Amino acid sequence: MSKPKDRPWLLRTYSGHSSARASNELYRANLAKGQTGLSVAFDLPTQTGYDPDHPLARGEVGKVGVPISHLDDMDVLFDQLPLDQMNTSMTINAVAAWMLALYIALAERRGVDPAKLSGTTQNDIVKEYLSRGTHIFPPGPSLRLIVDTITYSVPNVPKWNPTNICSYHLQEAGATPVQELAYALSTAMMVLDAVRKSGQIPEQDFPNVVGRLSFFVNAGIRFVEECCKMRAFTQMWDNITRERYGVEDAKKRRFRYGVQVNSLGLTEQQPENNVQRIVLEMLAVVLSKDARARAVQLPAWNEALGLPRPWDQQWSLRIQQVMAFETDLLEYDDILDGSPVIVDKVQELVDGANEEIARVAEQGGVLAGIESGYMKQALVKSHAERLRAIERNELTIVGVNKYTETAESPLTTSGDGGIMKVDDAVEQQHIDAIVAFRASRDNKKVGEALARLKQVAQGSDNIMPASIACAHAGVTTGEWAGALREVFGEYRAPTGIDISGQHGGDENLESALRERVAKTGEELGRPIKLLVAKPGLDGHSNGAEQIAVKARELGMEVVYEGIRLTPQQIVAAAQEEGVHMVGLSVLSGSHGAMAEMVLDGLREVGLGELPVTMGGIIPDNEHEALKRSGIAAIYTPKDSDLNAIMAEMVDLTRSHNKLKVFGAL
Amino acid sequence: MNQATSVDVKTLAEGLARADRSCVANALNLIDDKRPGAHEQALQLLTAIDGERLNQGGHLIGITGPPGAGKSSLLSALLERWCHRGLQVAVLAVDPSSPKTGGALLGDRLRMSAAGQHKNLFIRSLASRQQLGGLAPEVWPMSRALLAGYDLVLVETVGVGQSEIDVANIVDTTVYVVQPASGDSIQFLKSGIMEVPDIMVVNKSDLGSIATKAANELTQVLHRSEQHTAWQRPVCKLSARDREGIDALEEALKAHRDHLRAQNSLTSGRMQQQVAYIIRQLNDEFGSHGIKKLGGSKQIAAHCQSLHGTGQMLASYNAWVEELRR
Repeated sequence: MSKPKDRPWLLRTYSGHSSARASNELYRANLAKGQTGLSVAFDLPTQTGYDPDHPLARGEVGKVGVPISHLDDMDVLFDQLPLDQMNTSMTINAVAAWMLALYIALAERRGVDPAKLSGTTQNDIVKEYLSRGTHIFPPGPSLRLIVDTITYSVPNVPKWNPTNICSYHLQEAGATPVQELAYALSTAMMVLDAVRKSGQIPEQDFPNVVGRLSFFVNAGIRFVEECCKMRAFTQMWDNITRERYGVEDAKKRRFRYGVQVNSLGLTEQQPENNVQRIVLEMLAVVLSKDARARAVQLPAWNEALGLPRPWDQQWSLRIQQVMAFETDLLEYDDILDGSPVIVDKVQELVDGANEEIARVAEQGGVLAGIESGYMKQALVKSHAERLRAIERNELTIVGVNKYTETAESPLTTSGDGGIMKVDDAVEQQHIDAIVAFRASRDNKKVGEALARLKQVAQGSDNIMPASIACAHAGVTTGEWAGALREVFGEYRAPTGIDISGQHGGDENLESALRERVAKTGEELGRPIKLLVAKPGLDGHSNGAEQIAVKARELGMEVVYEGIRLTPQQIVAAAQEEGVHMVGLSVLSGSHGAMAEMVLDGLREVGLGELPVTMGGIIPDNEHEALKRSGIAAIYTPKDSDLNAIMAEMVDLTRSHNKLKVFGAL
Repeated sequence: MNQATSVDVKTLAEGLARADRSCVANALNLIDDKRPGAHEQALQLLTAIDGERLNQGGHLIGITGPPGAGKSSLLSALLERWCHRGLQVAVLAVDPSSPKTGGALLGDRLRMSAAGQHKNLFIRSLASRQQLGGLAPEVWPMSRALLAGYDLVLVETVGVGQSEIDVANIVDTTVYVVQPASGDSIQFLKSGIMEVPDIMVVNKSDLGSIATKAANELTQVLHRSEQHTAWQRPVCKLSARDREGIDALEEALKAHRDHLRAQNSLTSGRMQQQVAYIIRQLNDEFGSHGIKKLGGSKQIAAHCQSLHGTGQMLASYNAWVEELRR
């Protein structure tokens, strides 16, 4: 070998479930298998600032990640893990300042200098409004929290990346590469501008802030284009940091990013094919040395089926290890340099992104684009176009719309259905534990710490010191967020589904469906009215939005209220709106509890017969129980044919109203 | 076509008066129902609830204005206080239908944080179902049905073209909402709908001096145009977002209602709404030819007015419909 191999990226696995104890065991096992960084997945109540005993947390505790309510939980989560040697990534946003405060407080409790902590908090609120949906506060206060964590970290926790600007979730919501580039870079500029404007960082230290800003990017299956996207990011960021922020040091201008590759394109059908998709997507972010990822985490092959088991995650870790340690990838300089094809493609993306950045700026910037719904609409539109292309068979997805014949997969026929199931008893254990915890602590100290926090929130001091004091005093996640909810208020983001007519699907099918919808409306005496609702805390609204858009296109009147509704709100809406049908969407794994609560509520107001359908990541072996409880139809990622779903929903309405059904399209 | 299932009109009418949620929902569904049979039952229902309460009880408020002015946020701010005070409040939120597909996205509940949280609040979203921006014909009878049991009935609609004039014709008090610096106030002045508002709102006062400027301009223009009327139309500058200035709007709403009462025009206004609805329905079904056959719209209006307070107005409408169908 002529020269030593490059150091590989950080190898991570996004994980956490059930409890701090169970997650800690998983982390230690993963590190023993050669993982080099941790990536903490929090459950939805934690992400949205509720304790396990809050009514909105019901059915969600410990489901998609670990519940962390206070400093003792954080201590257990990192039991036997030396904080000064870990590189910890936390996927946390609205309560990022709080999780960072707990982490710093834990270091202090263990006598570790916070200056030695390294890792990152995701802390990008813009993409929460646009895609992921775990925001709490309005845009202004949210931006302030981001600014505070940055201005606190840069001098005090200098190896920490206080924010990761995410284009990841934009792609999941349907963004094109150009939109990803434009919205992520616009957001990054907004954050840096806000930090500068805050006056909390001396001008000469500003390059350090720029150098700590990192990104979290997605990579899809069009891996050549994706590779070019990474090069475009690198090139544009170098330019922005130099021109706009005057950063001289090339190292601080580097586009530093972590990656989780695409989940949108993973299929429930023939799920083993996802393995090669994941490998190819990874190639996009490691192939080009000049634009190589700093940290990579890969989804598991069975993500479209449910929660992955430790073995599934190990498989994904091994993919990274084979790439890093078996192949010769890390022996070369940038292997794409000098390719005219790559240069042209990168330039095309850069030009497109610059145009879109200008468009966002014309609208008054990122926050204005959030509030007006402009950016959200653009994403919903792109996503709808993608689905229409699949409908027309222009976009080939192997095993979905082509080559669908398959032998039975031995991977999914094992006893557990090939996925992990979180024990429902976990929730009650956490509720009991948090009640006991509150009874055992010094509540006077807690009250004082919270009063101080509120006072700081009302003023303009940095939120971090008061939050760290809260952590030491035994304040809980729900209390920290609750105090700030009182001061800042809560925010419901625009849904973006009020886009103009989306056409381009199969015209014959669509006009046949439109006729069915119109005829049913005539027979019912008024147009079909559909309530599309997302119960619980899960903010992944892409599926619900696409159903709403499609139903409107076909002539239905669609009531959609966005994410995070209580079952009580959904029942009230069904009754007040006089709908013919309810479509629920749940992706967090809490579908069982949510279905039960909504159906019970409907029965209580005399609407027990109303057809209720459910969409989401719902394992096959749970369908029967859901149907027994009263769910009329279940749609999973496998049901990618929106027309077929709509035809069935029309027929459900018809049979409920004693009209003859039309049958399949 | 499928026949509507028969409902117990008397039970529905009693339920409406109590603001019983299930009855209210069913009554609105019935009024919306186009099947043969449903229409007659709806008229029976409207006749059954007729009386003193509908002549002068409650307050029927229209909220209109251009898109993006913050009507839903304003409504949200009002709903929070009213629900908190235990008032019975109903909202009809009208969103446009797609002219191409007839479908509609009804998203107003999203912006009303009180939605689904209070037993004394009832929100029904409606699609405009019109090609040219007017108000759906169901809105008036629905608002009337709601008035039977609710203290406050609000009709929210986007002001595009005809709809702000339509809404002013069916409510007691029309609130017109604009935002500063968007050209809203200039558009308002140009659009020839100066008669529409009883109360003008300049939202987003948090934007500072431009809001003050817009409010001043509008005050001047409105007052210049109304030297001969008894009601001085107020201009309320407020911020729905920051919940500031809402008190003054509430006061203005009360003042306008008291003014209508003092002038005896609350009852006469509602009667005119009813007459206008009847003529419009006849016109929709039988055209100008039908109206002519009944002696012209003036004749119809005079006849209706003579029946006012007897509960027979809608019955007489039914008789006309029968006559014209023969």
